[in-house]
Amino acid sequence: MIWEVFRQDRRGAPFEHAGSVVAPDAEFAEAWAREQYGRRGESVALWLAPRDAVHVVDDWADEFDLKYRRVDGYSIKARLKEARERAGTAGPR
Amino acid sequence: MNERELLGLADDELIIGWRDSEWTGIAPLLEEDVAFSSIAQNEIGHARALYELLSDDADALAFDRSLDEYRCAPLVELKLLDWAHTIARRWLYEVADEIRISALKESLPLAVKIDREETYHRMHAEMWHERLRNAPQFREAVEELWPYALGLLPAGEQRDALVSRVGLAHVEAVERGTHTDGLPEIWDEMTMVRRSAPAGAQW
Amino acid sequence: MDARTQEFLAHVQDGGQVEATDWLPDEYRQKLVKFIEMHGNSELMGVLPEREWILRAPTLQRKLALTAKVQDEVGHAQLIYRVAEDLGKPREQMLADLISGKAKFHNVFHYPTVTWGDVGVIAWLVDAAAIISQKALLKCSYAPYARIMKKICWEESFHILHGRDVILAMVTGTPEQFELVQEALNRWWGPLMQFHGTPIRAEEDPMVSWRIKSQGNEEARQQFLDGYVPQIRELGLAIPDPKLRKNDEGVWEYSEPDWDELKHVVTGHGPRTEERLAFRRRFLDQEKWVREAVLAA
Repeated sequence: MIWEVFRQDRRGAPFEHAGSVVAPDAEFAEAWAREQYGRRGESVALWLAPRDAVHVVDDWADEFDLKYRRVDGYSIKARLKEARERAGTAGPR
Repeated sequence: MNERELLGLADDELIIGWRDSEWTGIAPLLEEDVAFSSIAQNEIGHARALYELLSDDADALAFDRSLDEYRCAPLVELKLLDWAHTIARRWLYEVADEIRISALKESLPLAVKIDREETYHRMHAEMWHERLRNAPQFREAVEELWPYALGLLPAGEQRDALVSRVGLAHVEAVERGTHTDGLPEIWDEMTMVRRSAPAGAQW
Repeated sequence: MDARTQEFLAHVQDGGQVEATDWLPDEYRQKLVKFIEMHGNSELMGVLPEREWILRAPTLQRKLALTAKVQDEVGHAQLIYRVAEDLGKPREQMLADLISGKAKFHNVFHYPTVTWGDVGVIAWLVDAAAIISQKALLKCSYAPYARIMKKICWEESFHILHGRDVILAMVTGTPEQFELVQEALNRWWGPLMQFHGTPIRAEEDPMVSWRIKSQGNEEARQQFLDGYVPQIRELGLAIPDPKLRKNDEGVWEYSEPDWDELKHVVTGHGPRTEERLAFRRRFLDQEKWVREAVLAA
């Protein structure tokens, strides 16, 4: 069975995928992942999950313009400048 | 534990660490190879810490004694070239070691530190024991090594505890105090580079 | 080349990467698996010349450091084989091909180690030569391989330091210890110069076209010489090549490495090849029952 290993660098950091170990069960996976991904004290925690339990999502429909959902979909510079001029609050540039 | 007994404990850790490090690169599974090597390194680390309690020069104590000055038990000296015997010894050693380290914790702070690291050794040994307990190679190996395992601990309370935990009958132990053929061979290889230069040479 | 492959080639040549779940051209997949497999084999075989010295290390510190270094090599083999397995080649098959001689491993691991001097030279210079190649693989178009190279390079950095420390202790020790290092260097220089392979031009190297490798062989060798010749000479050690010099264009000139020797060794005829493969075979066969007992669910 293949176990995916996710490791945490330090407390509070995200868990990142680090690799995988082949092991028959969680006990062996733990014993082996501990040493492969932590013998130098480089990980404060590990998450182990059987590969089968990981559901892969890697395709996206990108047919229509979805910029309205993102920061790059907004350009407020020109309007902000106009608003400040009207309010008399435009400072020296 | 007096100094002589502490030296015995240190020598046990050194020699079993030495034996276990022989598997680096050739263990049955790559994942296990990495884990097993950590255990070997830990044992040698424990030996070093114990030698440092007894001497200013841990290396001299570890390597520069004559054969009959080593106080290790026969169990750790055995040259075991197959996995069944190696992992059987590992398991028996950890069960026995827990008994003696627990007894030491109150009088020796270092024993507390050693015990914490040994938690993972015990988990590892139990894991293998669970998986191989019904394999004939493993069962036979445990039975063969049993008299040696008994000899690791002093007769009396500790040895009785070992009997009760392992579940095999009391038999005549191979006692600490004499050495097997395994030790001269180890000593020779272990000291060959060191002996090739005058004492005090730096490496 | 069909359109899909053309598109793939353009993607990787533009710096793009691919994952295990992406479509890969057959030629790319084959070359990739062979390359990665050889790397894994090399890490695993590299253990054998070094492990005998674990047992002979002259201090507890050196014993621990050398055990840790060799442990890392085994760990690297595990990481690398996992990548190759996910590309479709089972580990048992790779191990079988290794010990039958069908699959290759790097030249340096076919040679004997003779003294503690070798231990220092290998950890310092052989690992240095390897890390140059490995750093170039950080940009491999195949992302799973590039990712493990990060961990591998990080761990190798301690190996080189350990090796240099071993060497320094000896070159500042007794004259006999200094000689051990010089003698080891004399024996290892040839294989080291062959290590990065024949100077194929990058434009002619398919491994570079597919962006599996991002560095040509000669480039790697020059980088090695640039970094390490000064470090070797500053210790008073002599490099056994009278032609070795850096010319006015900043390019290292050297005696032509023995490419016949490289070919001969890498095809399984090195001084220790047979013995080491037989050693591996013995333990693989002997412990087959353990793998079966463990990997059974």
